[in-house]
Amino acid sequence: MSATPTQAEISAALSRWLAPGSILSQPEDVRPFETDGLSSYRQLPYVVVLPQNEAEVQAVLRYCHEASIPVVARGSGTGLSGGALPHAQGVLLSLSRFMRILDIDVLARTARVQPGVRNLAISEAAAPLGLYYAPDPSSQIACSIGGNVAENSGGVHCLKYGLTVHNLVKVRAVTMAGEIIELGCDALDSAGYDLMALITGSEGLLGVITEVTVKLLPKPQKAQAILAAFDDIEKAGQAVASIIAAGIIPAGLEMMDGPATRAAEAFVHANYPLEAEAVLICESDGTPEEVADEMARMQAILENSGAIETRFSQDEAQRLKFWAGRKAAFPAVGRLSPDYYCIDGTIPRRTLGAVLKRIYEMSHEFGLEVCNVFHAGDGNLHPLILFDAAKPGEFERTEAYAGKILELCVEVGGTITGEHGVGVEKINQMCIQFRPDELATFHAVKAAFDPEGLLNPGKAVPTLHRCAEMGRMHVHHNHTAHPDLPRF
Amino acid sequence: MQNTLQALMDQVRNAHATATPLRIRGGHSKCFWVAADAPQELDLRPYSGIVDYEPSELVITVRAGTPLSEVEALLRQQGQMLAFEPPHFGPTATLGGAMATGLSGPRRPHVGSARDFVLGVRMIDGLGRDLSFGGRVIKNVAGFDVSRLMVGALGSLGVITEVSLKVLPVPAFEITLEWQLQEAAALTRVNEWGSLPLPVSATSLQNGRLRARLSGAEVAVRAAMRQMGGEPVADGELWWQSLREQRAAFFETERPLWRLAVKSTAAPLGLSGALLTEWGGAQRWIASDHAPAQLHKAARDAGGHALLFRGGNPARPQLGALDPVLAQIHRRLKHAFDPKGILNPGLPGNF
Repeated sequence: MSATPTQAEISAALSRWLAPGSILSQPEDVRPFETDGLSSYRQLPYVVVLPQNEAEVQAVLRYCHEASIPVVARGSGTGLSGGALPHAQGVLLSLSRFMRILDIDVLARTARVQPGVRNLAISEAAAPLGLYYAPDPSSQIACSIGGNVAENSGGVHCLKYGLTVHNLVKVRAVTMAGEIIELGCDALDSAGYDLMALITGSEGLLGVITEVTVKLLPKPQKAQAILAAFDDIEKAGQAVASIIAAGIIPAGLEMMDGPATRAAEAFVHANYPLEAEAVLICESDGTPEEVADEMARMQAILENSGAIETRFSQDEAQRLKFWAGRKAAFPAVGRLSPDYYCIDGTIPRRTLGAVLKRIYEMSHEFGLEVCNVFHAGDGNLHPLILFDAAKPGEFERTEAYAGKILELCVEVGGTITGEHGVGVEKINQMCIQFRPDELATFHAVKAAFDPEGLLNPGKAVPTLHRCAEMGRMHVHHNHTAHPDLPRF
Repeated sequence: MQNTLQALMDQVRNAHATATPLRIRGGHSKCFWVAADAPQELDLRPYSGIVDYEPSELVITVRAGTPLSEVEALLRQQGQMLAFEPPHFGPTATLGGAMATGLSGPRRPHVGSARDFVLGVRMIDGLGRDLSFGGRVIKNVAGFDVSRLMVGALGSLGVITEVSLKVLPVPAFEITLEWQLQEAAALTRVNEWGSLPLPVSATSLQNGRLRARLSGAEVAVRAAMRQMGGEPVADGELWWQSLREQRAAFFETERPLWRLAVKSTAAPLGLSGALLTEWGGAQRWIASDHAPAQLHKAARDAGGHALLFRGGNPARPQLGALDPVLAQIHRRLKHAFDPKGILNPGLPGNF
């Protein structure tokens, strides 16, 4: 293989296909791309390209493929796991100019959009037709639909309405070799393997998404929420289980622990009960009849489960107020401390009490405070660890604590990431979640799309070598984590 | 059960070592459609039983050889169901077979398909290795979504041994309504319903007779009935069951039965033969003597694909032509999971 081309050589080569303003390599120009939503990881990209259309994306990828240059695709850069962290010798391919909603088919209830379109912009465009796009990650005002597909984003309504993977019709992408693939079709399934499911959540490792067709749903006529306070977090967990066991699938079912509730209240003044050890927000949506029926049933269950207070939202303003604190929980916690670290584990709901107890114990052990917000409906737990990056060693201690929490999630039958993705952040924990044969299978899947391994290399799936090295660092009682692996 | 799994793994390992093709079998209930032509059988039926079921988690984990009827009976006791309504096509159907074929029933357009409900799979790949992907929780984005890739892959990428599925509560109330409406008008009507907040959970259209099932809280269903009109049907549940299991009179045909998956709004296809339309217009069954190429083209023109469901050669199903780039990715995936091509050779088709 020839030596890596210089920045000037790459820029010159790409200028055959791209306008001069679409290629950036000066440090001051590429600086805005050095990080995504996980700002503790930073890397200046070698070259940034901003193609205007699919043919330019193809040209960039073909060139990089031939020259063996790594490529990292980027949407809005709101991801929380470093999935769009640039490669030091690579091209960062921004889809930010792919901003058009191409078509809304009212009768078929689909929207065909370019990947840089913001999640919320789709629902806004569909609103006059009485339709909306259901997955609503909390970054929905900024995050792009292409990034949502790459990460299989969720949101607070996904227990009832599903994740990104459940709301896609078609995905068009360009492979690392510069070839166009169309996954899914206008029917409800397509011939051959389900590659659309496979590319969803693939964190930019399989292809660069250039067009997405999403399902639109009729906007529910009415939505109403109950806010319930508990003096004990276990009782709140039991209330969640009882709601589900009663055959109710609420549109939203969110929990905050005492510390998170108090932080949120101080920030948005939503009038949350400050003495509560847990607050639940349960939302019902549908026709007015459905909502009235479901609200009454949920209230009875919450009261039987020992809620010390329940409040119904009386109008839309109050419903939004109930949600305001939950949706602002991250920035609210951010005010308590110079820095915070957000974790994204998922656990079987029934283990919530035990998991939280252990998280609080470890909080004392590590000397770091923690607040917990929980997508209670689907078991997705977001502990937020408070720390100060300016204090020597505190970030390292935070990462160690976070790692322990993720290991705990795996131990109770859950997973290391429910919706934020692995990226660079949780790459070590992948060695705990998966065995070497499974990781090898992931690498083989990657190779089926990108045999040279040039697309977003080093993310999402660790090398077996890395896991072996990590196992060596985590030797306990003289047992290595992966005794069956060759040591390097 | 560990010994049973070990025996299955050993058989696959031996087959890999000797390059012996295997045909993976569950209850044989779907062999009329697909059945690999291979000398040695890998029987999943002994690997059976419920691994874990906690109703309040909305998750069930089941071994592949478990009869589908057993799984559904257990769920029913807790007021829950497999919402994608997998067709059994006979009393012997297994859960593993339902996953490998990836078929879904009348509720599919309204709640999602078999793959939408899969949370995790345990499988044996073509090297005989025991692998697990996904998990038992509803949200999980760690690693590529190999679990969903297995659904509908017809065993060609691995032997599914265990599956974790999301389950849903059985609706509190259901009713079926009927209208007399010709095909084009009925297709428009069902698609218009999709844009309205109505609790529609199944539709069918045959010979100018449109039927719709409504599911949900009784107050909501009754309110929707007032809005939608139509005549209540007494035997509604039997009708949807007869579609799901293909026991309705329509399916008793001597002619080849084709499944055309198309865009729901596609205009009437204008093909000769008997026609039954489900899934809000997106699944059209045609009993027809048309040349295969003609049906593949009609489906493609309508935004989808066709397959011969009854009356073909189960060992050589005719996959609608894949684009060359996609075909290459299919071959590479097959090679990655099953390098010697021993798992259900010939399935899912020619790529």
